[in-house]
Amino acid sequence: MEKHLKVSAIKDGTVIDHIPTKALFKVIKILKLEECSQMVTFGNNLDSQAMGTKAIIKIANRFFADEEVNKIALVAPHAKLNTIRDYEVIEKRVVETPTEIRGIVRCFNPSCITNSENIPTRFEVLNDKPIAMKCFYCEKITNENEMVFF
Amino acid sequence: MIAKSLISITDFTKDEYLKIMSLAEDFEANPNQKLLQGKVIATLFFEPSTRTRLSFETAINRLGGKIIGFSDSSSSSVSKGETLHDTIKMVSNYADMIIMRHPLEGSARYASEVSSVPVINAGDGANQHPSQTLLDMYSIIKTQGSLDNVNLFMVGDLKYGRTVHSLLMAMLQFKDPIFNFIAPPELAMPNEYKILLTSKGIRYFEHTEFTDIINAADIIYMTRVQKERFIDPVEYEKVKNIYILRNSMLKNTKENMRILHPLPRINEIHTDVDSNPKAYYFTQAKNGVYTRMAIIAHLLNLK
Repeated sequence: MEKHLKVSAIKDGTVIDHIPTKALFKVIKILKLEECSQMVTFGNNLDSQAMGTKAIIKIANRFFADEEVNKIALVAPHAKLNTIRDYEVIEKRVVETPTEIRGIVRCFNPSCITNSENIPTRFEVLNDKPIAMKCFYCEKITNENEMVFF
Repeated sequence: MIAKSLISITDFTKDEYLKIMSLAEDFEANPNQKLLQGKVIATLFFEPSTRTRLSFETAINRLGGKIIGFSDSSSSSVSKGETLHDTIKMVSNYADMIIMRHPLEGSARYASEVSSVPVINAGDGANQHPSQTLLDMYSIIKTQGSLDNVNLFMVGDLKYGRTVHSLLMAMLQFKDPIFNFIAPPELAMPNEYKILLTSKGIRYFEHTEFTDIINAADIIYMTRVQKERFIDPVEYEKVKNIYILRNSMLKNTKENMRILHPLPRINEIHTDVDSNPKAYYFTQAKNGVYTRMAIIAHLLNLK
């Protein structure tokens, strides 16, 4: 059977697969891909055996450190990263929820100082599935369904 | 190097709690020790709190320090729109320590990151008020002789009351506490604390009314049930008189039992209790001065 790639292959770079369709644009934002000068291609609502539908992002000539990519675990906890060299997958990684989250998410507590002054938020992750994280400043817990991204 | 601050009760270790208790005892015996001579302490009260401010300022005066600051934000540059960051940066250049109260939660932690001098949190919104907890502990050790094996009854608003949560966390450092929670279901102790107690194998019991069970208490810690905490005013009307402690209820309580309250009291302790020797809340407030002297001396390494 002839197989067509829905999102064209890259020679060198990173492929982020198994992103929930609703999280695609959040992942782009978290990884600041709108500022990336390299070729970025993505597909959404692609068929997936495991997820029903999924999104995929391919970034040419960009490679990510664990702590950089683990930030997306908040929105894409099952995402997989493939590092590509000369069209070959040379490494596969699974994202892991970090123990500390800086920036990215607002504290849900309206009385928290981080919602009043220009301070980067900082959370300790207490639980990863579902996400529960404690604000370093006001000590209140923000749950997964309360997360608002900057 | 970041200066050592006191923002949350859990910032201190058990050894530090005990050191504060011992220093407070020393200051109570000798209240006028001029350890702060030549030092300037800033008391920044971004919202008014007369009781806490006077207690801290008495502590500073007894230690021979000088005070700068303000008692509400309308008399500071905050009213001109200055950020907390800039206020703290500026004041930490002037003073040797900052004591602050602020309506926003997390403000004191943030100030401690910005400041080059120690910060004491004198209340950040509904979050933390650690000097209150340390004075509660000093009151317990003074009246019970120890912080171990205390049977502690907490009464009233156990859901939102920051003083009961902080006291619970601090008492976990000591041997075999027993907790009894007396509250209406709407204001019950949050599950996260009950889960924590269970995980540590610490005994706790929940009640919705005062009964003879209070006869087992070493400490009864009263708090105010506030009307504004209830969504349904009818529910408030139902419970408002249940959580009032009266002198007649104390007849069979233990000799060593003492009643604590963070104050201000509204009606949850009837005035007929005041003359009972087991009423300790006014002495507790006085203990606050010695405890705050101890906290200041500890953070500035004066003792």
